[in-house]
Amino acid sequence: MLPATIQGILTSSLSDGLIYAFVAVGVFITFRVLAFPDLTVDGSFVTGGSIAAVMIVSGHNSFLATIAAIGGGLACGAVTGLLNTKLRITALLAGILMMVSLYSVNLRIMSGANIPLLRQITIFKSIANFFGTAKSVILVIGILAVLALIVFMILNWFLRTELGLALRASGDNEQMIRGLGSDTDKNTIIGCSLSNGMVALSGALVAQNQGFCDVNMGIGMIVMGLAAVIIGGALFHPRGVASMLLAALGGTFVYRLFITIALRLGLAPGDLKLITAVLVVIALCIPYIQKKARHEWMPPAVKF
Amino acid sequence: MDTSKDQSLLQLRSVRKVFARGTIDEVTALYGINLDIYPDDFVTIIGSNGAGKSTLLNIIAGVFPPEMGGKVIIGGEDVTDLSEYKHATYVGRVWQEPHVGTAGKLTIEENLSLALLRGRPRGLRPSLNKQHRELFRSALAPLGLGLEDRLNTLVGTLSGGQRQALALVMATISKPVLLLLDEHIATLDPRTAQIVLNLSDMIVQRERMTTIMVTHNMELALRYGNRLIMMHKGRIIVDIGQQDKQALTINDLVTAFEQAAGEQLTDESMLLSHR
Ligand SMILES: Nc1ncnc2c1ncn2[C@@H]1O[C@H](COP(=O)(O)OP(=O)(O)OP(=O)(O)O)[C@@H](O)[C@H]1O
Ligand SMILES: [Mg+2]
Repeated sequence: MLPATIQGILTSSLSDGLIYAFVAVGVFITFRVLAFPDLTVDGSFVTGGSIAAVMIVSGHNSFLATIAAIGGGLACGAVTGLLNTKLRITALLAGILMMVSLYSVNLRIMSGANIPLLRQITIFKSIANFFGTAKSVILVIGILAVLALIVFMILNWFLRTELGLALRASGDNEQMIRGLGSDTDKNTIIGCSLSNGMVALSGALVAQNQGFCDVNMGIGMIVMGLAAVIIGGALFHPRGVASMLLAALGGTFVYRLFITIALRLGLAPGDLKLITAVLVVIALCIPYIQKKARHEWMPPAVKF
Repeated sequence: MDTSKDQSLLQLRSVRKVFARGTIDEVTALYGINLDIYPDDFVTIIGSNGAGKSTLLNIIAGVFPPEMGGKVIIGGEDVTDLSEYKHATYVGRVWQEPHVGTAGKLTIEENLSLALLRGRPRGLRPSLNKQHRELFRSALAPLGLGLEDRLNTLVGTLSGGQRQALALVMATISKPVLLLLDEHIATLDPRTAQIVLNLSDMIVQRERMTTIMVTHNMELALRYGNRLIMMHKGRIIVDIGQQDKQALTINDLVTAFEQAAGEQLTDESMLLSHR
């Protein structure tokens, strides 16, 4: 048996890793597949949480509430995609505009800044009830693992379909894929939508797991998602759709491991954003330092 | 006008293009072009830098529309206002730079699969299957570059010449009615350029594809195709068909240029390089 502290660190990294993995997968779709730096995430994460919270509090089934949350995320992403493709607003600005305006939207959805869910039948509690047990970390990990597996299989299938491949090509060479007859506007909208659907799913699960939804819980989510994708990329050097998705999952786990250890070492929760940023910087500059050590050349970073 | 042979495949009517209208950088790239291209045509286009050759191809490919009043008709359908991805149904294209016509982060077979679906709806079927791979192998084998055994290789790791050969196969594999080649061998070394050029000719002959090839090389423009067009400052100044073209020499071209453009060609390589 592992010592209790290590076991605690591992289980909590695993459950957090799985629950935030959907954000990482969402960020992977926009940043890596579409090459669309989408910052909607900080807003759509809370939109997912608040839709689920409001529906659960008003007595709806938690599964239905979670699916509705995904729907809300899909809609947010579609709007970002529309702003970019139909109104020709740059990806960064479209995402920032959405992130900011969703803050107000989320306050409206929740009619306030916070909704407690402690005594509500969340998706975790209803599954625990179904099995006749109480909600435990192991059960949460089990539920999330099944969900992550389903999402992984769906995306792994989708990105290999004709449409999915066109999406990937849109992020690689837009000029070419347009010249081959694929509507790149449509691809961008679908990709952004899918991405934010994943993010909203994560928000809905986090709210139900922690027992409340707060309008500020999305702050820094984009950086966290990026951290997971970048760490996953740096550690696993993925090639191909399946391994890239797995790297995003693995990256989230490793990221969460760092965070959990940092907290156990006595750092305050307020320090986490800085730690995240430092992790991203380290993961990003590893390739450059490696090349430098081998006296290889690397082009300067792009400015936009 | 009885057979389809006489019916033009591509019609351009009063096609004008002005860039940066209303600013001090305003340029008129094309002045009212009228052009008919017929199904059997293999047209070579020459002309100095900035003559409007690429702009003309961009308009045919639907990258941007011509100014109001211009018309682009392909195969009898008015495609003037259709977006670029809809033009793709009819138009295959190879650009000057190999990386423009291929997706470097995808594999050879993924690139070809994207090309195979030109002009068809892309749905939720798997993008690759066994028949596709067979088809890809048989399309790549004639290139003699060994690409047929490397279907799973990332395109970004291929050489420029290999990539351009792949781009050519991608532009033609779904047999669009019109093939546009914009200086597609200009960045290749002489040997690879010759290979890609022969390939283009072979595919064009085999598929009987209507082709427009832009080049700066007058020899090539004379050797290939059945019709030669010379452009200058946004206008077509020479348009020579099969009969006249056979007897044509580079000197004739230079003379034709000087007469039509009303300019002395002090250094012919400056305008129409032999490269
Ligand atoms: N996107 C653009 N914006 C502004 N001006 C443009 C643009 N594209 C082309 N032009 C201008 O239009 C004119 C024609 O350019 P075009 O690229 O068609 O020439 P070209 O015949 O292809 O030349 P080259 O042989 O150098 O490729 C040039 O004066 C060019 O500066
Ligand atoms: Mg050009």
